[in-house]
Amino acid sequence: MDYMRNFPCISIILCLFAGIISSGLRGKAAMWVNTLLLVVNTVLSACTLTYTLTLNEPFVYVMGKFPAPWGNEIRAGVLESLMAFFFCVIMLLSMLGGKHKLADEVEEGKTYLYYVLTDLLLSSLLALIYTNDMFTAYVFVEINTIAACGLIMIRQNGRTIEAAVRYMIMSLLGSGMLLLGLCMLYDLTGHLLMSNMKESVAMIVADGSYEIPLIVAIVLMSVGLCIKSALFPFHAWLPDAYGYSTASSAAMLSSLVSKGYIFLLIKIIYRVIGFNVYHDTRIIDVLFLFGVMGMIFGSLSAIKENDVRRMIAYSSVAQIGYIYMGFGMGTQAGMIASVFHILSHAATKSLLFIAAIGLTDVSGGSRKFIELTGSGYRNKWAGVTFTVGALSMVGVPLFSGFISKLLFAQAAVQNHTKMLPALIVLGISTILNAIYFMKTVIRIYTPVGDAAYTSVTYKDIQSCAVVLVAFIVLNVILGISSQPVVDMIQQGLATFA
Amino acid sequence: MSKLKPQEEYEKTSAFRFFRWLSGNYDPYVGKVEMKPQEESVVTQETMIERMREAEMVRGKVYDEELNKAARLFHKTYVVMAILFCIALVGVLLVTVSYLPPSGNAANPVNNVVSERYIEQGLEETGALNSVAGMILTYRAFDTFGETNVLFIATCCVMILLMVDDAILKKQEVKNDRRFEPKNDAILQGAAFVLCPIIFIFGIYIILNGHLSPGGGFSGGSIMGAGLILYVSAFGFKKTQRFFDEHIYKIAKITALCMYGLIGTYFYMTGANGIENHIPLGIPGHILSGGIILPIDICVGLEVACTMYAFYALFRRGGL
Repeated sequence: MDYMRNFPCISIILCLFAGIISSGLRGKAAMWVNTLLLVVNTVLSACTLTYTLTLNEPFVYVMGKFPAPWGNEIRAGVLESLMAFFFCVIMLLSMLGGKHKLADEVEEGKTYLYYVLTDLLLSSLLALIYTNDMFTAYVFVEINTIAACGLIMIRQNGRTIEAAVRYMIMSLLGSGMLLLGLCMLYDLTGHLLMSNMKESVAMIVADGSYEIPLIVAIVLMSVGLCIKSALFPFHAWLPDAYGYSTASSAAMLSSLVSKGYIFLLIKIIYRVIGFNVYHDTRIIDVLFLFGVMGMIFGSLSAIKENDVRRMIAYSSVAQIGYIYMGFGMGTQAGMIASVFHILSHAATKSLLFIAAIGLTDVSGGSRKFIELTGSGYRNKWAGVTFTVGALSMVGVPLFSGFISKLLFAQAAVQNHTKMLPALIVLGISTILNAIYFMKTVIRIYTPVGDAAYTSVTYKDIQSCAVVLVAFIVLNVILGISSQPVVDMIQQGLATFA
Repeated sequence: MSKLKPQEEYEKTSAFRFFRWLSGNYDPYVGKVEMKPQEESVVTQETMIERMREAEMVRGKVYDEELNKAARLFHKTYVVMAILFCIALVGVLLVTVSYLPPSGNAANPVNNVVSERYIEQGLEETGALNSVAGMILTYRAFDTFGETNVLFIATCCVMILLMVDDAILKKQEVKNDRRFEPKNDAILQGAAFVLCPIIFIFGIYIILNGHLSPGGGFSGGSIMGAGLILYVSAFGFKKTQRFFDEHIYKIAKITALCMYGLIGTYFYMTGANGIENHIPLGIPGHILSGGIILPIDICVGLEVACTMYAFYALFRRGGL
């Protein structure tokens, strides 16, 4: 079983190799390489997950022959491999679900570049998940940023170029802040490896020396990652980027890219700064405040929106707000709820984007609500899937969204000072979610007299229908048998420190 | 139906009318207001132009700061807030810097076991006289592999934006390539004839001596890329394509990156699993020494040179 220690390293390297080789292939071959890579990576991370579960403690893998503070290291525990597994599954489903749109939206000769970018995006996500070294994290944050820009602008029209420029400016601002904070922290600790950094930070805090630079470094890193993951006041780039890019890009950007940065922030909180030190800086109160505001304002923007894709994008702002609210609770329970919400939101948001594409396709390609009337009858698969996603987002039992809302509420009840605002905002946000998601569901199931558009049958969308069903199954599994997942998260967070 | 009042009296009350309106039997406007069905609007060339002109006019007025007070206020507040925010950030960072450990102090946290080992045992463990090369290519080889991939993915993104795929457009680009420049500039060609070989040799020297002296794959590769750019601007794409076209570019790039990946993977896997790796370190100071540093430097150099040249060619005419 010990050979499984190599799997995290192999999966990262495989992604890089696939990207490099795909750059010399034609579109179709690159697609097969990509699909194969995603399947293999899913299997590899599933194996890593079972191995870490039997091992019961995280293991460290030295990249090269030089150990801890001198060389690079990656580290895999239950939480990391769980995340990697989920990310691979969701990426596989998103790519398969949006495959048929690529031919329309991407130039024929540039399709292979799409797969190169996807391969490298997966490598960077896996590296962000597994890394035990802050500088490795920064390098792969760079790859992630560039890949995401490319994924937005590969559908070439004016809007995506504008969206990509906006995304690039905001994202680079975030990277810059992360790098600045990282440099300061390196100056104070003299290490780049997470565990060594944490020891030094604990010593600095005990000493009381360098108090101000430490706080500034923590703030810079947190704000940088918040900008990159679109926390409420920094979300201006998000609706265009998710709304106009191709379906797979939107699904991956909303459900994976922003989550990768959030996971890096969790790593920084637990493994670099230390949960208690981070808690004592009161930054979590700011995160809580912005998270709560995001939950309300994101939903309000979504209600105003007349474009179904942009509406789903704005809903992401609200859901990111939930995750940061969980951080802001400052308790273990809040963190567990946040991590679970990362999974459940990733599963649901990619489902919604893929289903929305199915619906707009049978409405003449228009995303306006008025055109979507009755589209649930024209494409039954996408209609049902969208309904499932909407119910999950609102938080109806049986679906994954309910469990995360329940966990958030439980975490809120345990926290005395923040219980009231958290519970009130959870309630308000649920109602707002229901308003705009149920509005859409009612709209797509409003019968329209004589069908202006043709409806599709199973035969037309065979592969897409399978993906949609897989998405529903994933969502329902997360909703019904959530306890094992929550246990894994709990175990992972316990061994994270 | 009310039980308190008889039917005729009830029919006169507003409640009765309200419930009839609710059930859809009664429309208060029928017979009281003149109603005409809406005319269907016809879109013609003229109405289109009219509508666009109006939209243009409205847009001009709305965003004209002379006329729109709110826009003016927003713009002014925006500028003021941006300046204030930047000053605040600068202030915070300056204050922070004054609290950071002073540079050059022996007791600083950065002067710890890590740098000690890099300096003291670096030569022995990596076989490289240039300890920076030893650090980035042996101790932290994984980071540098990531960094090389950053370059690779940047080229991919530039290709998405600038590569011209359409055959007709491609021809046009090729035709327009030298429109504003003299063809076969004698001075440039003469200079390039002398300089190019020197630049290439210097680049190769820097790449091959990366483990012995300052330099390495990144710097040597960019020098070679600069040489290629000089060559192509002096002699044109036709001559360059005899030895460096898109096909060769792809092969060189993929081979370089794959070689790097393979060497890297071999190094990580053997190191992590405690297997002895068979790449000899050599005698420090010799050209064939430094373990994996020299082959990686060559790969990185090739990749960087390709990237530099590809950027130039893509910006200039959208293809290699």
